[in-house]
Amino acid sequence: MKPFERLEAPLAYLPMVNVDTDMIIPKQFLKTLKRTGLGKVLFFDMRYGEDGEKRDDFVLNESRYSGGCVLATGENFGCGSSREHAPWALNDFGIGCILAPSFADIFYNNCFKNGMLPIVKTDDEIREIVTSLEGVEGGRLVVDLEGLEISAWDGGGERLGVWSFDVEDSRRDALLEGLDDIGSTWTKREEIESFEFRNRKTLPWVYG
Amino acid sequence: MSLTLFEKIWKSHLVGVRDDGTELLYIDRHLVHEVTSPQAFEGLRLSNRRVRRPEMTLAVCDHNVPTTDRNLPIQDEESRLQIEALRENCKDFGVSLFDLQDKRQGIVHVVGPEQGFTQPGMTIVCGDSHTSTHGAFGALAFGIGTSEVEHVLSTQTLPQRKPKSMRIRLEGSLPLGVTAKDLILGLIGRIGTAGGSGHVIEYAGSAIRSLSMEGRMTVCNMSIEAGARAGLVAPDEKTFAYIEGRPFAPQGSHWEKAVSYWRTLYSDDDAAFDVEDEVDIREIVPQVTWGTTPEDVVPVDSFVPRAEDFSDDGKRTSVERSLKYMGLEGGEKMTDIAVDRVFIGSCTNGRIEDLRDVAKLVLGGRVHESVRAMIVPGSGLVRDQAEGEGLTQVFKDAGFEWREPGCSMCLGMNEDQLSPGERCASTSNRNFEGRQGKGGRTHLMSPVMAACAALQGHISDVREFVS
Repeated sequence: MKPFERLEAPLAYLPMVNVDTDMIIPKQFLKTLKRTGLGKVLFFDMRYGEDGEKRDDFVLNESRYSGGCVLATGENFGCGSSREHAPWALNDFGIGCILAPSFADIFYNNCFKNGMLPIVKTDDEIREIVTSLEGVEGGRLVVDLEGLEISAWDGGGERLGVWSFDVEDSRRDALLEGLDDIGSTWTKREEIESFEFRNRKTLPWVYG
Repeated sequence: MSLTLFEKIWKSHLVGVRDDGTELLYIDRHLVHEVTSPQAFEGLRLSNRRVRRPEMTLAVCDHNVPTTDRNLPIQDEESRLQIEALRENCKDFGVSLFDLQDKRQGIVHVVGPEQGFTQPGMTIVCGDSHTSTHGAFGALAFGIGTSEVEHVLSTQTLPQRKPKSMRIRLEGSLPLGVTAKDLILGLIGRIGTAGGSGHVIEYAGSAIRSLSMEGRMTVCNMSIEAGARAGLVAPDEKTFAYIEGRPFAPQGSHWEKAVSYWRTLYSDDDAAFDVEDEVDIREIVPQVTWGTTPEDVVPVDSFVPRAEDFSDDGKRTSVERSLKYMGLEGGEKMTDIAVDRVFIGSCTNGRIEDLRDVAKLVLGGRVHESVRAMIVPGSGLVRDQAEGEGLTQVFKDAGFEWREPGCSMCLGMNEDQLSPGERCASTSNRNFEGRQGKGGRTHLMSPVMAACAALQGHISDVREFVS
C-alpha cells in the first residue's frame, strides 16, 4: 500500500446525512473485476443527469475539484453495504480524505485498507472549516497526518485556520508506513498455527 | 468473571495481538460470493499467496445471477464474466462452490444456515454487510470489505478492534399479523440507522425466544440497518434442532460434544453491557417505511410524516429529499399508497417460513390487476421445498411470478429492477435511493404485508385480513 503523505487539496462540501454506499457507487458498477477506474462513476446518480451529462448542481462537478479534493459531509457517511467499491471509487476520483461527524463501521475500516483517511469532526467544526474556505480564491486544505492537524490556506499562502484531529495510533502508523496488512498478520504465523492446533482438540467439529 | 455471549466468542477466538496493538481474531467460517471476491483472489495471485483453509470457506454466486431459466446463457456480459471469475477462482484455490446449476445455490445468508455451515459460537465473515444474519445462531458474524476477504482467505484471521456491546430485550408476545420484520423495523425506527454503530447487539427477551430460527435470522439480518457491527441471539433448543442433520453439521460423537459446548453460549446473569434497552412489543403494529433510509418507518395505520415534523435541520433536509424522491407530499395515509410492484424474497425474508406465511394469505386470492408481483426463493432448496409443500401452485394461481433463487431485486444487480417512478412493496432490507432500480421507490415491510399489498394494489394493514 502507498504511504499516506501530506495531502493538499481543495475542500468540497456535501451537506447530507446518511450518505449510503449505493449513492457513492450504484450496483451496476459492482460487476467489475478490478479495483481501479471507478472514479468516473462515483456518485453516479447524483452526478449525471438523464442525458448522461454532468449536473451543474452537484458539488463534485465543479471544475476546481476535477483533480481531486477533500470531502466534507454529514453524519453516518458510508452506511449500508460493505462494498469496498465505495472507497475505491472515492480514491480513484482523487478523494483521499473525508471529514464527517461519524462514519459507518465497515466503510470506515475499508478506507484505511486503501490508504485513505476518514477524519471524525463534529458538525460544527466541519461547518467552521468549510466556512473558512468559502469563496476563497485558490483555497486549499492541508491534511497533516503526522502532526494530526488540518489547516486551511488561501491561494496566496496565508493560513486561515488550523484544527487538530485524532485517529487511532495503529491506524495512523499503518497509513504513514503504507504497511502490508496481510504481511503484518503473517508475522504471527506461529500463534495462528498453535491456536489451530489447540482448537482442533477442543472444538474438533469446527474443522470439519 | 461474568461475560456476555459476545465476549465469550471474542475471547475464544483471540489468536494474539499484532505489533500494531490490534487483536487478531481467528475466523471459523468464510462465505464468498462473486461480487466482492474477484479483487481479493487477484490480490492472492499477485502476492503468490494461497487460501489457508479451503475447508472453512464456501462460495456461492447470488448477487448477480438471473432469476429466470438457468439453462439459458447469462445475457449480461459483465455478470457472466464475474460468475465465470468466481468459478475459476474457486477451482484454482480449491474452494467449494455452489454453482448456478446446483440445487444448493442461493443467497449466501440463506445457504450458510441451510447447510449447517453456520454454527453457534463460531466467527463467521463474508464480504457482505448482511452477514449479521448468522448471528441468529449465536455466532459472531459480520460483513467485511474485499481487502479483508483477501486477508481471511490468506490467513484465516482478521485484525479487529473490539466493538462495544448492547443488549436489547424484546418482551411480550407478538400480536396477530406482527412478524420478526416488524420487530426489527420498529427497532431501527426507535434507535436510528446509526443507533447501533460500533456495537454488537444481543437480542434477548421472551419475544426473541418465541421466534423461529427464520424469524431470528430476519432480526439479526437487519442489525446492519441499525448501524451495528453484528446481531446475536443466544442459541437454544430451537437452534440445535434446526442444525441437527444438516450436511455440514457436526456428526456422530462430535454432535453431542458440540451441543454441550453450545449450551455454555449465553450472557452470564451479571455480565455488563455498554448499552441496554428494553422494548415492550405488545402494542407493536405492522411497520412500513415511507422514505429512503430504513429509519424512515411508521406503523401501517399511520401517516407519512411531513418535513416540518422534524426539528433537526439535517434530518429535515434529508426528509424533504426523501419525500421528493418517493413522490410523496407528507401527510398521506400509508394505506392509501398504491404500489406497482411487489418483491418477496432476499436474505431478510426469502426463507421457507416466509413463503408459507405468504401462501396462507394469498390462498384463493388474486394479485391486483395493476400490480406485478414476484417471489424469489432464497435458495434452490427453499424453492424445492415450496414446490413440495404445494406453495408454488398457490402463488402461481394467485398470479405471482415464481423465480429462480438469488438476491434479485433486493439490490437489482441483475435484470430484476424497478423502472423510474415505480413503487414497490418489498420484503428486502434497504430502501435507499436507486437501490432496486434507478428512480425506483421502495417500501420495506414484512412478507405478509407485501402479500396484502399485492392483492389489494396498495399498502394494506394485514391485520384486517387475518384472524
